[in-house]
Amino acid sequence: MSAAAEPVREPVRLPPAELVSLSPDVFTELFWHAAGEHRLVLPRCSACGTFRLPPSAFCWKCRHQEVDWVEHPGTGTVYSFTVIRHPLMPELADTVPHVPAVVELPNTNGCRLVGAMTDCAVSDVHIGLPVELVWRDIEEGVAVPTWRPA
Amino acid sequence: MTLRDKAAVVGVGATRYYKRGQSLPQTPFEMAGKATLAALDDAGLTVDDVDGFALYSFGLGGDTSLFAQVLGVPEVRFTAQLTGGGGGAAGSVGLAAAAIASGMAECVVSLMTLQQVANRFGTSYAPKKKGQPRGQYSAPSTPEGNFIQPSGLVGPGQMFAVLAQRHMYLYGTKREHFAEIAISTRENARRRETALMRDELTLDDYFNARMIAEPLCLYDFCLECDGAVAVVTTTAERAHDLRHPPVYVRASAHGGHGRWGQAITWMGMPDDEFASSGHRPVAKRLYEMAGCGPEDIDVALLYDHFSPMVLMQLEDYGFCAIGEGGPFVESGAIRWPTGSLPVNTHGGNLSEAYIIGMTHVKEAVEQIRGTAVNQVEGAELALATGGPASIPTSGLILAKEPYS
Repeated sequence: MSAAAEPVREPVRLPPAELVSLSPDVFTELFWHAAGEHRLVLPRCSACGTFRLPPSAFCWKCRHQEVDWVEHPGTGTVYSFTVIRHPLMPELADTVPHVPAVVELPNTNGCRLVGAMTDCAVSDVHIGLPVELVWRDIEEGVAVPTWRPA
Repeated sequence: MTLRDKAAVVGVGATRYYKRGQSLPQTPFEMAGKATLAALDDAGLTVDDVDGFALYSFGLGGDTSLFAQVLGVPEVRFTAQLTGGGGGAAGSVGLAAAAIASGMAECVVSLMTLQQVANRFGTSYAPKKKGQPRGQYSAPSTPEGNFIQPSGLVGPGQMFAVLAQRHMYLYGTKREHFAEIAISTRENARRRETALMRDELTLDDYFNARMIAEPLCLYDFCLECDGAVAVVTTTAERAHDLRHPPVYVRASAHGGHGRWGQAITWMGMPDDEFASSGHRPVAKRLYEMAGCGPEDIDVALLYDHFSPMVLMQLEDYGFCAIGEGGPFVESGAIRWPTGSLPVNTHGGNLSEAYIIGMTHVKEAVEQIRGTAVNQVEGAELALATGGPASIPTSGLILAKEPYS
């Protein structure tokens, strides 16, 4: 009698790096500059302390413009996600499944940061999963957030 | 001041519907003209009567100057469009009614024309490759999009799948519930000559279909189509003298909570409405203007780009409690002709054709006239919606008789 086969753990995969194209503006460039150094920084309203993502011209609570950039440890929980099975573009044919996750960041009045899951199996991903940020280098000085189980 | 019953829809027209690309060598502009002439003819009017345009989602490229010039409209007195995308479908008729109620125009055309050749909506948010012009599979990179695109989310269906997943987590909604929407819609389409998808769709077919973006499979996605649909709206007084009985614009509303915002291309919506269609504030104002509630609606034409968003609209328009959309559809409530609220009797975006929601308005008009293929007996109030989408989403209630 043979031992029961291990269930196949289907790995998540990342979308092709060459499809990532950033175009920061004056409000988001500090976020991406820090990302290039593998640091997560978030803009917090200097007047009322409300975090906002993406970084933007005004605080949505008090309409103040100035922000303090605050370091965040890059931990969070999966708020929701999808498993992309079908390659919508020819360039993606050999790279699915992708698992984009919307991750809620603690201590940020509910800000969410979206990134692809990495370093895990598709079946590991569920709502409520604790995750940690992994910076994915795209090119010199350019990195984007991805998530792995914490 | 209210829009209630000040205006009436008097004409609807459409080209035939095509699978993506098959409308060539016609142009989208040409199809818009054909649909408009058909709608005017349906009303017993001509281009000489037209004095306004009320559009949405960049119909005609967001510009009516060439259209008025080529058709020879005697004088344009109103030309505007709702901001945003498909969320404005039903609301474009509300915009026409607003123009008419305010006296700015008397005979207003709303329309959508679509040809998905140069672009495909399925990948609306895909990033463009460096150095490449925008193509069929790409969109310009934006500072806000940079916070979504690198994750692999490149199409609206994938993004709405994220909302559907959360709905399943919160409320125990199942894929069988989404299947019931796809299957009941297909059953309606099967009886219609205009529908592109007329083969039977079984539960086995649904579960054997390829997964696109979990939890959404092939049949949870709408079609990719070409075609045009036009709707003519005029004053309630004038409507009495035309070819068909008036179909009154009982109410229309568009918009949404500010922090619903860009919705799926942001994912930062408030927690209490993340797993929703974004329509709740629109529904509230719509019913207030109409002087009725969900229990009074006889047939609902709900924008169905993706099946879970029908389920969430059923909740957000009050046909069932929040979170109860699954059991509601499971009960058979949305089936024609036996259900308490037949939904998408025309076959919807899922199985008839996707012309960015204007087919829903056309069907609402035909239901109130009593001429629909899948007629709801005695229908007096029809709801049509646009979106779920970024702001605005919109709603429209059409009525057989003036409010009393």
